[in-house]
Amino acid sequence: MSGAFAFLTRTRGRANGGTRLHWTDWASYAYLGLGICLMFGPVVWLVLSSFKTEADLQRYPPTFLPYQQQTMLIEGYDEPLPLFRMTGGEYEGMILAQVRRVGIQAQMVDPANPGERLRTGIDEREPVQRVRLATENYTELFERFTFLRYFWNSTFITLMSTAIMLLVNSMAAFALSKYRFRGRTTVLLLVISTLMIPQTVVLVPLFLIVTELGMFNSLWGVIIPGAATPTGVFLLRQYMLTIPDEILDAARMDKASEWKIFWRIILPLSAPAIAVLAILAIMWRWNDFLWPLIVLTQSENFTLQLALNSFQGELLTDWSSLLAMTVLTLLPIACVFMFLQKYIATGIASTGGK
Amino acid sequence: MAKLELRDVRKSYGAADVIKGIDLTVEHGEFCVFVGPSGCGKSTLLRMIAGLEDISAGQIVLGGDVVNDTPAADRGLAMVFQSYALYPHMTVRQNLSFGLENINTPKAEIARKVGEVAKMLQIDQLLDRRPKDLSGGQRQRVAIGRAVVREPRVFLFDEPLSNLDAELRVDMRGEISSLHKRLGNTMVYVTHDQVEAMTMADKIAVLRLGELEQFGRPLDLFNAPENLFVAGFIGSPKMNFLKGTVGEDRTHLTLDTGDAVTLPETGFAQRAGQKVTLGLRPNDLRPDPDGVLHADIRAVEQLGTDSYLYGAFQDGTPVTVHNPGQTRVQPGERVALTANSGAIHLFDTGTGRTLRM
Repeated sequence: MSGAFAFLTRTRGRANGGTRLHWTDWASYAYLGLGICLMFGPVVWLVLSSFKTEADLQRYPPTFLPYQQQTMLIEGYDEPLPLFRMTGGEYEGMILAQVRRVGIQAQMVDPANPGERLRTGIDEREPVQRVRLATENYTELFERFTFLRYFWNSTFITLMSTAIMLLVNSMAAFALSKYRFRGRTTVLLLVISTLMIPQTVVLVPLFLIVTELGMFNSLWGVIIPGAATPTGVFLLRQYMLTIPDEILDAARMDKASEWKIFWRIILPLSAPAIAVLAILAIMWRWNDFLWPLIVLTQSENFTLQLALNSFQGELLTDWSSLLAMTVLTLLPIACVFMFLQKYIATGIASTGGK
Repeated sequence: MAKLELRDVRKSYGAADVIKGIDLTVEHGEFCVFVGPSGCGKSTLLRMIAGLEDISAGQIVLGGDVVNDTPAADRGLAMVFQSYALYPHMTVRQNLSFGLENINTPKAEIARKVGEVAKMLQIDQLLDRRPKDLSGGQRQRVAIGRAVVREPRVFLFDEPLSNLDAELRVDMRGEISSLHKRLGNTMVYVTHDQVEAMTMADKIAVLRLGELEQFGRPLDLFNAPENLFVAGFIGSPKMNFLKGTVGEDRTHLTLDTGDAVTLPETGFAQRAGQKVTLGLRPNDLRPDPDGVLHADIRAVEQLGTDSYLYGAFQDGTPVTVHNPGQTRVQPGERVALTANSGAIHLFDTGTGRTLRM
């Protein structure tokens, strides 16, 4: 044990006068550990809760792991009966099954002697529980609700609008970074200034335009308005400015058309920035709520986010389904992030020059 | 035939004139070097020939056709850039074949041409590497290969050796020269290094502040510079300049250093009383006890085969003396110098023009 501890806390070299972790290292690890708890605590709680039954979710005080009361099929009863361990009274120590509960009294039956009904107080017992994952929360999503339909809507919107957005934004950024034309600065300033207008301000005019164009209640009504974002144009432009003009000149001398320069030179060299923007765009579109809520009113067009919202009724909230669906909604975005996150850090393209 | 003519070519950015009217002709197969200090407009002029910069006025004529409005791609030129400008995301092979793909060359022919060029430039081992995995010299070869493979009418080089270390620069200099001999194309080469210009060029164009100072063969520029700028720019170490005034008899020259020299009676168009600058190359000066010029030596460089004396005349005008072999002169000594009378240059101090007839 102490050997393992020594191994784990060993450091390289003899810095700080020893080969053990310095107290500042411990402080750093404690700080990082706290960060992990703060960041992942809610997610872990969400995932565990999504495996709880509706009854378990309502329980107070809440438990960390999903528990389920054990039941037993007893001769003479059609339904399986919940089991209790007696903590007081004359049957203390026995495990009994509950037939029914009336106020603070309960009718119990001994599984070994099913013929006889026993009467106990409900404060003299505690439920027999074990950890069990309520996977029916998930299977129900597919059986009772049209989860796949929502999933497809969300995926379609996210993929299409990301693809269109990357194309439009990279073309705009190419023009703004590599061509000199009258009004270039004005255009750039216009693009950037739209960053300062909150989306809620343009919500109504945008809605009117979308309706006029007949895209109301259509997935395209969500995809098209989000196609060009000032953030994306600006981000890509700043990156493209770092691509040396000489490479473009060399391509021009090599008889490449401007279109070919864009496809064969600019896009591959901007790949790190495009990857970053793709991650952002996927997250924005996938998590988008307000605009789809306005444009999409029929439930067969709902995205996952809207479907989640519809679980939350005015009087009744189906928490177990809501939590399970939230987990499923999180998964794709987490996967995207895991595979593309390295591009966020690597923003440096190796140029052909020095 | 790829004869390149510039006819009163001008370039201005707004009110600023960068190229102020340049006329010159590069004959087919010539190696022409544009040389000048930085900011003289030599790279801009090259980019104008390439078609990457617009021409404000004048004409660029290539093989008999005015190409002012022809896009860069259609001029049939190839350019090697200072930073090499290789496509970083493509392998060497793709870099070489990109230009050929753009003119729809059949695949088999691309492969054949790339193979030939790679073999010629000794980069055939590197074809599947990316530019970032190559050394500076290798990148340089690939950049040249990319130009060669397209078989252009004229090659343009924009300071291609300035990113290489000194030793490699000498090697590449020789290789570019031998490439020129082998291909026989017209080449235009831009550099700020007059040694490169002298060693490689058939013709040198010396540029300063957007104007052509002199255009001619390297030794003509060296032996008969037309003005003070060319005289000072061509040749290493630099020519020594001594200001003075011509005496009444036209052969007597009183220098500002206090020394007096006698000018040859013929060969120069000096007038009595004219302010002139005497130009003396370091290798045309030698220590001589009977010399008429007196200088204080401050530093001596002994290279074994050659030695250089650095010093100043009485009025502070710097002087450099090249001495073949080794010297006994010590720093701090005052030496008398004499000049080869056949090798002097005389310029009008006011206009800077040569007084040679």
